[in-house]
Amino acid sequence: MELTDPADLALVDALCAGLPLVPRPYRELGRPIGLGEEEVIARIRHLIEVGVIKRFGVVVRHHELGYNANAMTVWQVPEEEIDRLGRRLGAVPEISLCYRRRPAPPRWPYNLYCMIHGRDRQWVGEVLERITRECGLDRFPRQVLFSGRRFRQQGARYRLCAGGQ
Amino acid sequence: MEEIDRRIINRLQEGLPLVEAPYAAAAKELGISEEELLSRLRALLDSGVLSRFGPMFNPEALGGAFCLCAMAVPEEAYEEVAGMVNAFPEVAHNYRREHRFNMWFVLACETPGRIAQVLREIEERTGLPVLDLPKEREFYIGLRLCA
Repeated sequence: MELTDPADLALVDALCAGLPLVPRPYRELGRPIGLGEEEVIARIRHLIEVGVIKRFGVVVRHHELGYNANAMTVWQVPEEEIDRLGRRLGAVPEISLCYRRRPAPPRWPYNLYCMIHGRDRQWVGEVLERITRECGLDRFPRQVLFSGRRFRQQGARYRLCAGGQ
Repeated sequence: MEEIDRRIINRLQEGLPLVEAPYAAAAKELGISEEELLSRLRALLDSGVLSRFGPMFNPEALGGAFCLCAMAVPEEAYEEVAGMVNAFPEVAHNYRREHRFNMWFVLACETPGRIAQVLREIEERTGLPVLDLPKEREFYIGLRLCA
């Protein structure tokens, strides 16, 4: 869905910098855009329900929490099986992200992706072998890419958040 | 990090209450005062443990376009190429990974058309091909980490 309501757009823009760290943050957020506290709360609840806001809370930097063994794993799975396998893989508790992406054959034929964030590499490797078997993914070509140095991590800039983050 | 900070992070990854005084409500659950919760959140943001506090948006709903990209960069040129790629303001993050495809970054643009344009510019600038791997479907996007 694309946002069109001017009050929603103003609210999203105000939220781009994050929620104010004051006792009544929703009131503070609404004041410059002319929305009352109750309306701000109701609109945020709605934006969560329709999926414009995916999560509403703290966003952690995983390296700073000691999650230094991070593996992106990709599989080459047939089209007709990918949605079923993706849902199954995405339901594994140790997985932090699971996506289907467009492959780029022949150099990169992989289409099913998952991320596992762990504090040590051995644990990540064990989890990976277990879920590969459990989800029936051992039949398919696979690559595991551990992450090294992070060069840049900045908040994404959206059209509505120009200069926001 | 102190135990209480871990509990704060674990609790607030689940979401902030949508009530008039959300910090007071969360603080009560955690058994601390509202003032303490606010000052600890400020400290966690200042020290970089938390990247931000508030909503995580669905970028497509905000009219943005995103794409994961990968490059196979010769080791001896890695730093130089990383500098060239990161100079583009559309590069949202960039990770080194242990693979022949060793540079992985996300482009965040205002429009899908701009993604294609930036991809071409990066290829021209670096002289290396770029794989573009757009997302077709999300199965799970939890990314909640136990602090």
